[in-house]
Amino acid sequence: MKEVPLQTEVKSANRIKVSSLAKTRKRSDYFWAYLMIAPTMLGLFIFYLWPIVQNFYFSFTEWGAFGQYEWTGLDNYKRLLEDATLLQAFKNTSIYIIFTVPIGIFLSIIVAVLLNQNIKGKSIYRTLYFLPVITMPAAIAMVWKWLYNADYGMFNYLLSLVGIEGPQWVSDPNIALYSIIAVAIWSGIGYNMVIFLSGLQGIPKMYYEAAEIDGAGPVTVFFKITLPLLSPVIFFVSIMSLIGAFQVFDLIFMMIGKSSTALESTQSIVYLFYQHAFVLNDKGYAAAIAVLLLAVILIITAIQMVLQKKWVHYD
Amino acid sequence: MKKWIIMLVTVVLGLIGLSGCSDSDAASGGEKDGKAEITYGFWDKKQVPAIEEIIKLFNEKYPDIKVKTEITPYGQYFQKLETAATGGALPDVLWMNGAHVVQYAEGKVILPLSEMAEKDDYSLDNYPESLIDLYTVVGEVYGIPKDYDTTGLWYNKKIFDEAGVSYPDETWDWKKLKEAAKQLTDKEKGIWGYAALMGNQGGYYDFIWQNGGYIISEDNKSVGFDQPEAIEALEYNVSFIKEGLSPTQAQMTETAASELFSSGKIAMMFDGPWMVPEYKKNPDLDVAVVPQGKKRAVSIHGLSNVISSNTKHKEEAWKFVQFLGSKEAAEVFAKTGTVIPAFNGTQDAWKESVPNLNLQAFIDGAEYSVPLPSVENTGEIWQYETDVLKKAWSEEISIEEAAEELTKKANEALSK
Repeated sequence: MKEVPLQTEVKSANRIKVSSLAKTRKRSDYFWAYLMIAPTMLGLFIFYLWPIVQNFYFSFTEWGAFGQYEWTGLDNYKRLLEDATLLQAFKNTSIYIIFTVPIGIFLSIIVAVLLNQNIKGKSIYRTLYFLPVITMPAAIAMVWKWLYNADYGMFNYLLSLVGIEGPQWVSDPNIALYSIIAVAIWSGIGYNMVIFLSGLQGIPKMYYEAAEIDGAGPVTVFFKITLPLLSPVIFFVSIMSLIGAFQVFDLIFMMIGKSSTALESTQSIVYLFYQHAFVLNDKGYAAAIAVLLLAVILIITAIQMVLQKKWVHYD
Repeated sequence: MKKWIIMLVTVVLGLIGLSGCSDSDAASGGEKDGKAEITYGFWDKKQVPAIEEIIKLFNEKYPDIKVKTEITPYGQYFQKLETAATGGALPDVLWMNGAHVVQYAEGKVILPLSEMAEKDDYSLDNYPESLIDLYTVVGEVYGIPKDYDTTGLWYNKKIFDEAGVSYPDETWDWKKLKEAAKQLTDKEKGIWGYAALMGNQGGYYDFIWQNGGYIISEDNKSVGFDQPEAIEALEYNVSFIKEGLSPTQAQMTETAASELFSSGKIAMMFDGPWMVPEYKKNPDLDVAVVPQGKKRAVSIHGLSNVISSNTKHKEEAWKFVQFLGSKEAAEVFAKTGTVIPAFNGTQDAWKESVPNLNLQAFIDGAEYSVPLPSVENTGEIWQYETDVLKKAWSEEISIEEAAEELTKKANEALSK
């Protein structure tokens, strides 16, 4: 009879001890956690967040030579509204996104599903598909520029063998943007493929076994099991690719010359930003373009977040 | 509460780490074993052998000054400088062109040299006066001339021989150039008679001047692209493309005209002496003076070496600039045939460096040459020229429309 209260006393005493221990433990965990993320956080603050704040401020200024600037209020934003080149750049970027993002995701899923099978030499294929990702964009652009060259390029040489006179892939204003899109899709497949592969491997085998027992064919399995269970990964990849596609610059910069006839029909928003910031030294206006781009990306990503409830399955 | 203290500590620790980085950076950029290190920024990789030899000669004289070279392709050179100048990180000594010197001098990012030159008794009379003038801003000299260049009419002797056309000479005018281009164009062989380049120096500027027009008015307030003389000159230039005598603008962006020319696809084109190292490799090529219009004119431009205001080694940089401007250095440039050295009297050595080319054509041009205009916003105007004239060259818009649009934009830039 006496033992019972004693036991509870001991227990509650223990509990107090444990919980205070947990508190100190927690505190030191916090300390180490903050210490560990400090370098990254600092980098983030100094190289990302602070420049965003500064950029926002500079979008209300006009710049002279070598870093002098003055406050001009909303002037830059008024100019944005009247700028036909900006509208064209938005159009170019939209076409680029409409083609690269869905086609890129579609092709990477196909490649990932194929390379997820038990086929011979699949790690070789995986490496081959991933190679463009580890290659410098500048190098990719240079090589493709040579392939595309109208007079000496490989594509037009191959076309000439079958009697077709090839177009000017990167100088014809009607074609150049699509030539760039092809390169972008080609170089982006590998990266998305790796993410999809890891997603595919996360799908439990039992679903497939059950489907097999029920007599489902490979196409039904793909649409009824693989695709829905892969949807969170597809959602992630589509958000990342969309943001990346909005910021396209390097391919256009490397493949389209400054005096190229196709520049107007290919220049993206970030290219226009670069042009104003570093060529025309109109840094205030460039900052306004950057703010606009940030706003557009935020809105589109928010829309995606809302829409995902309709098609993304978290099991 | 404690959380905040921990946060603070981590931030402080992080900052110490960061400042540690910057400390070591500063140490590596400074002096090493008593040697001062200066950087020399420029864009033309064809001149690297000559510059390396000059640095070697310089180090025989001043073994304690180490010179590091920093090459940036021309396409990005001035963009990089602009950013570097804003951050106070310009190379100690660097190449400057006429289009940017006013902006850099007025922005006080390069040093005036007159006083130092006077103190050291360094004579500026050794260079063509027009070049010293080009680099004089409000009475102060900012650059020591390095070289100059005019334009010549380069041609392919083999194509001329095959078409039975006589080689260009000083009697040629616009009419003759057009005639010859027609005779030399051979569609079947894929040979164009002439390359109507969309470039200002050695391109439409020269034609505009030859036709009696002007680029920037004397009071620096307006441009002359919409004047009848200029429109006529631009039309003449583009007519080569319209008549199929020149590759189109798109073709010339796909493959540079200079490459088409050196591989025998183009019979004639305007180009500067800086192409000598490239073109001398093909024995079929030679050069003559540019044809005349209503009068003789050719653009002249020269580069100079300037010192940045942010240099930590002003004395050493000045010594290097003096050496770069010396007869000794000019002779190295002359010998390698890269550019026409600016130092008076060394041009003959340059001419003789490549005896199989008629390099005299470039030196002759200097007599009736017109310097490239230079105002504070020259760089911006050049950008508009490319943006707008490109559309005329690719026949998207008419010459009149292009001239009007360009004049409007350029005049706005001038009024800033």
